[in-house]
Amino acid sequence: MNTVLIIATKEIRDGMRNRWVLAATLLLGVLALALALVGSAPAGSVAATRLDVTVIGLSSLSIFLVPLIALLLSYEAIVGEIERGTMFLLLAYPVARWQVVLGKFIGHVAILTFATVVGFGVAGLTVGTGAGGDAESWRAFGALIGSSVLLGAVFVALGYLISAAVRDRGTAAGLAVAVWLVFVILYDMALLGVLVADEGQLVGQQLFRYLMLFNPADAYRMFNLSGDGNVALMSGMAGLGQQAAFSAGLLLAVLAAWIALPLVAAGTILGRREL
Amino acid sequence: MSRDIIALDNLSKSYGVDEVVKGVSFTLSPGESVALLGHNGAGKTTLMKLMLGLIRPNGGTVSVLGAEPGSRAGRAARRDIGFLPESVAFQGSMTGSELLRYYARLKRAPLKQCAELLERVGLTAAAKKRIKTYSKGMRQRLGLAQALLGDPKLLLLDEPTTGLDPASRQSFYATLHRLTEEGVSVLLSSHALTEVEAQTDRVAIMNDGVLVACGTLAELRQAAELPVHIEVQVGSGEDAATVAAMDRSALRINNHAVDFNCRPSRKMALVRQIAELGGVVQDMEIHPPSLDALYAHFRDQEKRP
Repeated sequence: MNTVLIIATKEIRDGMRNRWVLAATLLLGVLALALALVGSAPAGSVAATRLDVTVIGLSSLSIFLVPLIALLLSYEAIVGEIERGTMFLLLAYPVARWQVVLGKFIGHVAILTFATVVGFGVAGLTVGTGAGGDAESWRAFGALIGSSVLLGAVFVALGYLISAAVRDRGTAAGLAVAVWLVFVILYDMALLGVLVADEGQLVGQQLFRYLMLFNPADAYRMFNLSGDGNVALMSGMAGLGQQAAFSAGLLLAVLAAWIALPLVAAGTILGRREL
Repeated sequence: MSRDIIALDNLSKSYGVDEVVKGVSFTLSPGESVALLGHNGAGKTTLMKLMLGLIRPNGGTVSVLGAEPGSRAGRAARRDIGFLPESVAFQGSMTGSELLRYYARLKRAPLKQCAELLERVGLTAAAKKRIKTYSKGMRQRLGLAQALLGDPKLLLLDEPTTGLDPASRQSFYATLHRLTEEGVSVLLSSHALTEVEAQTDRVAIMNDGVLVACGTLAELRQAAELPVHIEVQVGSGEDAATVAAMDRSALRINNHAVDFNCRPSRKMALVRQIAELGGVVQDMEIHPPSLDALYAHFRDQEKRP
């Protein structure tokens, strides 16, 4: 077996052994199910299906939860192994440092994928079967799951970047919290604050939209809520969509860049680090 | 490339202003075993890290199994290196058997070797138990087992016997001898000098980042010119006086024993003279300088300007 896959397999086994897989799946599943059942009830006879409403609810949920789970999985993946001394022995094997980073990444993203697909899938199947969803809403739901995995991968990669750069686990934990706060909460609040204070004078709407593109969480939000279907209509983002929103391809490319760059940086930093 | 297993040439390594390895040159030939001696902080572990490519040198060159450790070729060469770090750390939630299988895969070693190695280090009964329940000695033996995966050509063992009880220690050295007979090259570090005496072909003494001496014990003794200690047992005070007259280094202990601290070059002549005394001498013991004494000699020699 390939070295990267050997390391990935070990991470997945670790995740199962320490109940990470179980905990993440249950957490996402229970919350998604609650949201789906409670949130979709009032949809009733509106044009949107219950599944559409669920997609809106779930995307708001996962924008908070998925980055958090991803960072918790990843923040100590490298610095923790260095502190415990296990990295020392691992690197004495015929293993390159980038292979360690990539292998861990594949393993952790696999865990996240499993938790998201199963957790959200159960909720989707519960409300979406029968009259609950049509082909279009299923497509939106599939896009939600796929983009949630991508969002998770972004924060796994950011977690590794932190983990490869710091000296101890405590610092890594602090930085992980900071990263979560900045991208998930503060960035949008700051943008909003600037927009309000500025009253559209300096920071035009165009610039505002481009600034949103630089935050992976916002890219994820725009991808899921401002398409051209019922979801966009329901979420109140349709207006944004009509103002020539970014194409789905561009938003996915933003997420992909947010995965690749931190991952390469983490590999480079670990590669130069003296153990 | 040289055919040496390890070749260090004028190797230096600093952390900031702290120079921990200073111009070390050293070679290890195929099938040879060398003990690297020095107190804690002498640079033994740093030297091993340099050989494994875990850190980069500031000056000089390292070549291990014909490759530079930090390079791509060096990574491939690590398939033939078994390494046991000082106070080895494992993931406690894995079982001994799981851990060994993981490392075997990384080294492309046959998985059936895992059970054999666990047997060899006496961990078969604990193979299915989590490593966090292992004692320090068991962890150390598991560490040795992982170092032996994939039939390495070179073993780098950093303080391999710390935490081992005397029985495991003996079986460790027995394993080591069998491996060197099979042609495996070994570099082991230790600060327990008496223990490694006669266990390896050569000893290398490190002090403060400098390789102060390297050679067989006989060579080091010759170079150090430390006095040989000869103890002679006699029957009476009169005999003791006769024996003590043989050499200026004589030290009369009492009426029954005389000690000599003679120069190595004078040793054989003195022994012959004592033997010629015939019945006067009841018993005689010769002690060459111990490794401890040699170590102290070379260490202090370095300190003198």
